[in-house]
Amino acid sequence: MEQLTQDFLRTKKLPHIWCPGCGNGIVTAALVRAIERTGFDQKDVVIVSGIGCSSRAAGYLNFNTLHTTHGRALAFATGLKMARPELKLFVIMGDGDCSAIGGNHFIHSARRNIDLNAIIVNNHIYGMTGGQHSPLTPTGKKATTAPRGTLEPSFDLLELAKGAGATFGAKGNAAQPRQLEQLIIRAANHKGFSVVEALSPCPIAYGRRNKLGGAVDMLRDMKEKSISVEKAANLDEAELKDRTVNGVLYAIDAPEFAESYYHSIGKEIG
Amino acid sequence: MGNRQEILLTGAGGQGLILASIVMAAAAVDDNKNVVQTQSYGPEARGGASMSGVILDVDTIEYPKVTKPTVLLCMNQASFNKYLPKVGPDCIIIVDSTFVSGSYGEEYKVQSFPITSSAKEVLGKEVVANMLALGVLNAASGLIDREIFRESIFKFAPRGSGELNQKAFDLGYSLYEKGAGQKNGVSAQTPQ
Amino acid sequence: MPETKPVLMQGNEACALGAINAGVRFYAGYPITPSTEVAEQMAARLPEIGGVFIQMEDEIASMAAVIGASIGGMRTLTATSGPGFSLKQENLGYAIMAEIPCVVVNVQRMGPSTGVPTAPAQGDVMQARWGTHGDHPIIVFTPASVYESYYLTIAAVNLSQKLRQPVIVLLDEVIGHMREKVTIPEGKLMVEKSSDKVPSDWKPYDEKGLTPLVPFGFGHYYHVTGLFHDQYGFPTGDPPQVERALDRLHNKLEKYRDEIVLTNYIGHKEPRVAIVTYGCTVRSARAVVKKAYWQNRLPVGLLSLQTVWPFPAKEIEALAKQADVIIVPEMNMGQLVGEVERYARGEAKVVPLNRYDGEMISPDQISEEVGRWL
Repeated sequence: MEQLTQDFLRTKKLPHIWCPGCGNGIVTAALVRAIERTGFDQKDVVIVSGIGCSSRAAGYLNFNTLHTTHGRALAFATGLKMARPELKLFVIMGDGDCSAIGGNHFIHSARRNIDLNAIIVNNHIYGMTGGQHSPLTPTGKKATTAPRGTLEPSFDLLELAKGAGATFGAKGNAAQPRQLEQLIIRAANHKGFSVVEALSPCPIAYGRRNKLGGAVDMLRDMKEKSISVEKAANLDEAELKDRTVNGVLYAIDAPEFAESYYHSIGKEIG
Repeated sequence: MGNRQEILLTGAGGQGLILASIVMAAAAVDDNKNVVQTQSYGPEARGGASMSGVILDVDTIEYPKVTKPTVLLCMNQASFNKYLPKVGPDCIIIVDSTFVSGSYGEEYKVQSFPITSSAKEVLGKEVVANMLALGVLNAASGLIDREIFRESIFKFAPRGSGELNQKAFDLGYSLYEKGAGQKNGVSAQTPQ
Repeated sequence: MPETKPVLMQGNEACALGAINAGVRFYAGYPITPSTEVAEQMAARLPEIGGVFIQMEDEIASMAAVIGASIGGMRTLTATSGPGFSLKQENLGYAIMAEIPCVVVNVQRMGPSTGVPTAPAQGDVMQARWGTHGDHPIIVFTPASVYESYYLTIAAVNLSQKLRQPVIVLLDEVIGHMREKVTIPEGKLMVEKSSDKVPSDWKPYDEKGLTPLVPFGFGHYYHVTGLFHDQYGFPTGDPPQVERALDRLHNKLEKYRDEIVLTNYIGHKEPRVAIVTYGCTVRSARAVVKKAYWQNRLPVGLLSLQTVWPFPAKEIEALAKQADVIIVPEMNMGQLVGEVERYARGEAKVVPLNRYDGEMISPDQISEEVGRWL
């Protein structure tokens, strides 16, 4: 693998806090490479994050970085984007952060179709607090707060976002970092609310309790279950059972909120 | 606090009494008086009880609430029943005979005028009853310069309805002048 | 200075106008009685002057959006009431910790909980001080008139910028909703510029003291977090650094204490009975002192507090040395009276006077209490 752009990393802040086998580093690296490929000016790039393991990424990245409160990253980002629409915002959230405590901000950011790039690192669990179930924990899987397996159905995050008005939705995973990088680039270049769901292994707080093996097993499983949107189009429901459809699931043209607002007051975004 | 005048405008939500109190307070500012306007807020904009107060003084106004009204306007029966017992014998009481009837103690100076019905019959617009009431009230109390008051009404009226609202205010004056012979203890009329 | 003609203005409207005249160009909020008029004014005016108004999905998001916009370099304000103020506490603490300027208006209504949404109260005084968790400093202004609502909002915006510290304007339903005659000075620039020049060795949280906030997007790649952080903004759990960081937050308010703490005294120079109060209750107390002292020369005085936090301790200490009795009228069950007692240090008897039925304390009530101690 090629070297990451050192300018975009705060190397003095490393090593990171993540556990061995965690996928957060892979997703973060894909994000950094994607930003580099977009050619965005470093000073215009803002990383906003919530609370949780993956949200600590903001501290390691050498941009304007805003580590907010639990679930609120998108609301902070909305204020910043409206104040400074020329900035490029990437909002890193975990699955619990985004879809539980931050669920309201998530659907309303989607509804406004504000030009933010939401990167949801989905490890199916609250990692930082030691393994509690989240709205994205698959039914039946165990967690410290669901010792007999959760009875709750989980969200389909990208369908939820689409229903709420998001105009770009893509799914990738830590086992296929090149593809993830490409998905983030497309999200960044899409005008409107973009959601990238990145599946990521948490062998410590999720894998171990659910007997999914170590990090390598979890990554292999992720890769084997993954199927591209194009290939999935030719398969029926039975054939798609237990598969994860990867790629750009939707990309829709619709008015973007910050641009509409500034246009309505007679200003154009410079 | 000898100069303090407390005006209480009461009735039902939707009769435009809060707006009337604001128009009156703004007129008082233009007439170089110190003024405070307050209102009782309920969750409903229509249908509930409405009460707003205007306080005028040459001195600085400290306590902003009406405690001893010097002028009371009652635009419906419920407000008349509620507020009459709260005023003193010197209070000027104006009631809208369209909605208010019944007996009361002879110690009260009640003056009754067909406010809403006149707005409807003479001007064809019930909605200007509030401005008509202000005309009666100001004619009876002489609190604010009439011309300044008329200008304030024009400023607050929705576009194109300034003159109609001023007409309503003037009609209030003529109603008062016509009924000026009636003094204390005037009987409230029964609604038609 | 030329003055405009006097106009009739509502307290909430004056607050919005003050914000705009102090350079606020971003408002995020959520509708709630009795503060909604602030949002409505901002929604009407901000787009006309190139500003941003946004109605957020909830109170939490409003507070977050305001902080986000401040980091983008805008002067910001949000307004709310009771239940909404409770929801804002989380991110208010964030703004304090991360030293992001912003102004939060709370038009107090009768609580607890949904309470009486349209009735006045002064029950949020301690919440304004301690509502968000942790040992934080806060600045809270309590306007007693429509004009004070205007100029204390200006002071709040300017202080907030200068100290990089959230400031709360604690209105009450009476002042927020009442209209009165005011004269707004014309042509005066109300915006006090905090330093625009960024030194080459700029650090976002310089240990040497106050530094201006450099907005995002200008090539300073610092970190903003609600975690305890070092002078560059990066998280730390190192005990000496944590202690220094908390001291830093408190010291900046102590250093500028005399600019922050605003009070006003009227009445007898050596009062036997003094009244200490704030917000709309000041009006009733002033009516009492005018009559008792100005007309009847009785030894009565009033210390009105435009700033309740940081608490005007020095002023109370001095007053307690003069007065035998200090009466503290409040539209709650007794909140600030405890602070008054603490700083009276036994030099004067401190008497609470409380009302909590959703009505203002009347001059008669205060007068009666004053009479009891004369």
